[in-house]
Amino acid sequence: MKGSKSRNILPGFGLSLGFTLFYLSVIVLIPLAAVFFRTAELSWSEFWSTVTSARVIASYKVSFLTSFFAGFINAVFGLLIAWVLVRYRFPGKKLIDSLVDLPFALPTAVAGIALTAIYAPNGWIGSLLEPLGVKVAYSPIGITIALIFIGLPFVVRTVQPVLQDMEKETEEAAVMLGAYRLRTFWKVVLPELAPALLTGFALAFARGIGEYGSVVFISGNMPLKTEITPLLIMTKLEQYDYAGATAIALVMLIVSFLMLLIINLLQWRMNRRTVSD
Amino acid sequence: MAGAITVHTSEETSKRPRHITESRPVQWLLIGLALLFLGFIVLLPLVSVFVEAFKKGIGVYFDSITEPDALSALRLTLIVALIAVPVNTIFGIAAAWAISKFKFRGKNILITLIDLPFAVSPVISGLIYVLLFGAQGFFGPWLDERGIQIIFAVPGMVLATVFVTVPFVARELIPLMQAQGVQEEEAAASLGAKGWQIFWKVTLPNIKWGLLYGVILCNARAMGEFGAVSVVSGHIRGETNTLPLHIEILYNEYQFSASFAVASLLVMLAVVTLIAKSIVEWKSGQQKRAHQTD
Amino acid sequence: MKKIAQVRSVFIILALALVLAACGQGGNAPANVTNEPASSGNAANAATNDPAKDEPKPPVELLNVSYDPTRELYVDFNEAFSKHWKAETGQEVTIKQSHGGSGKQGRAVIDGLKADVVTLALGYDIDAIVEPGLIQADWQKKFEHNSSPYTSTIVFLVRKGNPKGIKDWNDLVKEGVEVITPNPKTSGGARWNYLAAWGYALKQNGGDEAKAQEFVAELFKHVPVLDSGARGSTTTFVERGIGDVLLAWENEAFLSINELGPDKFEIVYPSLSILAEPPVAVVDKVVDDRGTREVAEAYLKYLYTEEGQEIAAKNYYRPISETVAAKYADQFKALELLTIDGDFGGWKEAQTKHFADGGIFDKIYTPGS
Repeated sequence: MKGSKSRNILPGFGLSLGFTLFYLSVIVLIPLAAVFFRTAELSWSEFWSTVTSARVIASYKVSFLTSFFAGFINAVFGLLIAWVLVRYRFPGKKLIDSLVDLPFALPTAVAGIALTAIYAPNGWIGSLLEPLGVKVAYSPIGITIALIFIGLPFVVRTVQPVLQDMEKETEEAAVMLGAYRLRTFWKVVLPELAPALLTGFALAFARGIGEYGSVVFISGNMPLKTEITPLLIMTKLEQYDYAGATAIALVMLIVSFLMLLIINLLQWRMNRRTVSD
Repeated sequence: MAGAITVHTSEETSKRPRHITESRPVQWLLIGLALLFLGFIVLLPLVSVFVEAFKKGIGVYFDSITEPDALSALRLTLIVALIAVPVNTIFGIAAAWAISKFKFRGKNILITLIDLPFAVSPVISGLIYVLLFGAQGFFGPWLDERGIQIIFAVPGMVLATVFVTVPFVARELIPLMQAQGVQEEEAAASLGAKGWQIFWKVTLPNIKWGLLYGVILCNARAMGEFGAVSVVSGHIRGETNTLPLHIEILYNEYQFSASFAVASLLVMLAVVTLIAKSIVEWKSGQQKRAHQTD
Repeated sequence: MKKIAQVRSVFIILALALVLAACGQGGNAPANVTNEPASSGNAANAATNDPAKDEPKPPVELLNVSYDPTRELYVDFNEAFSKHWKAETGQEVTIKQSHGGSGKQGRAVIDGLKADVVTLALGYDIDAIVEPGLIQADWQKKFEHNSSPYTSTIVFLVRKGNPKGIKDWNDLVKEGVEVITPNPKTSGGARWNYLAAWGYALKQNGGDEAKAQEFVAELFKHVPVLDSGARGSTTTFVERGIGDVLLAWENEAFLSINELGPDKFEIVYPSLSILAEPPVAVVDKVVDDRGTREVAEAYLKYLYTEEGQEIAAKNYYRPISETVAAKYADQFKALELLTIDGDFGGWKEAQTKHFADGGIFDKIYTPGS
């Protein structure tokens, strides 16, 4: 970030920032504020007992654990995919690269139905796993698979550019010092990638907690076992319990906001570090 | 976050000296693993959509995608995307300009707010507009007196889609414009160029490929959004059903082939946009190279 | 410094906007309540003046907001009614349909979906629409037979040959039997399933509620997948091949057999089931605003005519007309049926006792309570 001191000569600050803030307020902030106002209809103890009832707690557990595992698996395989796409040459690479974006574009309901059809006990893969006693659809594993699908592009697309820009010299130096390939990876490459990987993981994780469309088809929706938090919001809505629904929504909103804020601060600190180097 | 920045898988990075890359067998092992994972998680659902779509034959396939309800859903999907994408593009450019070219306090919070729709559950994204504009909502009675219908009509669906796709263009442009810095713009400004001139002549050419990629992703998401739109649509057949909702309806009517046929339509839209994206990357890569040899 | 001041002022404007939004809500809500009777009164006058004219009326549109399993029924019925109305009055009428879970649909109408008529799975959902004043409280008396033009019941759908030998409710809790039902919290049909099971257990145990609770708790332990709607459950049972028995609306069971495989499934009638009465109502506020009361009422009344009853029976709903019922006697087996009002004290009571948060249904899933 060079030349930041003399930025005043560029025009359009008031206009662009003003528009940005106005737009964000109208589209994002005011609507989200509605959740707060609606929740305010509840007394504190009502709010607390709603968001900490046994089923809701169980659903946080399901949502957070499956999102965490999905995020973790995506971090591992997302890194692998990014690595392969950036560093190696093989036929059909362009095609594979495009395939990564597909989960962004496919309607989540279609993804859910398709994944359920494949992993159900009579599906293509489910029927192979059934004799082994592995149940994928209608279990937490199924939810995790749906979330892996949803979150994969986030990891690949955050890691890819960093891997691309990584200097050959650092690795070169490690090799000169006699480090083995795997050791170079652990000691040199991975620390460099860690912030991007963490960001990708966190995004996939945050997206996973809120995902609804694809998960309801594959989860089986068993209370206390495979019931996710967004489904509970829907359930409350369908019983005309708006205040209860918005109370849970509020908890999810705050968690999402905090997670994103942490990511952005992390990113910002990292940028500062590299700039000051 | 770095955002889904445009990636140039140019030949250069793939060609590395042998001592700092893996041996060929290891490479193939890793490639194999990556492909296997992608195959199970991404490709297989894609294939199953097409297999199911053509299960009852090509006739059923074409009947289901040319049926009036499917066409009206397609039309609505296009209308929603045609409004949501340009609006978010303008926002994305403005936000990226403010964030990348100037210093101000609270920038991190602003970026976090832009990111927020990524992480908000689609269920909540729809719910908030019901809370605002529903008959029992904050503005509901006021709107009702004036006979204005927002939710369960096109405006509500546009709003929900806009909300969900807010971050795409902005997140694409911010890291790109941050990396490019401000020297070129400042040079133009010191030569006496006016604000819009600087933007059109200096900034836009620099960011156009990134911008296009952001627009493409934004569009893909706008067309495919299900959860949020489902909450505000009202599901009136032939009137407020977008393609993803129409798919759900067909599926619930046990017309599995028809539902997957319409789904395959969306997949094809996605594939077309992804191919467009590849062309964008290829062109921008080409231009970069041309630039470097200049 | 100037920049910072600018930013600050923008934030202040935003804060003001938020405060205004909050105040706007406070001011508007009561105003609506007082305005409402006046406006609907005016519209009602306009509507009653209208039919006096004899010239051909302009085409009219109705929106029927319904629940999931009525899709096929209303496709047929809407066509018949359009023809009938055209012949009767010369007016073109098109009926638009919206389908979804009963609770979700009720909520959409409350939130402003402009439905002229609602045809939902249970009276509770229509009662919910009464609350904000969209439907008059005595809706159930507006049409014959509790405003339920057709009835249905809950039956078992089993795989061909009934390999697990399921004959009655107590067979469902046998070792190794898997039962598919949607979630009573989100699906109207599932509430009928649950109440039928409850009623059976109550009768078997001489009215002992603790035993009945034990029975339904045991029953839901046999449920491996709890879909959010009736259609989802059918898909799980039929397409995914999960479970040994599907608790379903009788009409859904017939439809599944005919649409998805007559050689794969069969229907089992339990010794006791429940009389499911999916009710219909005109949404008073909407029809008065739009001036569609006459046609909306005619639409629902037509459900009670010979032709309407015939269409219902063809779509596997039990007709209430005796002549049509006699004609279709072979299709619908006579059953001992509980009723919601007679055996459960009406929907309000059943809802709070069984399905509300903290009710019996929640308890059977929460260990230790």
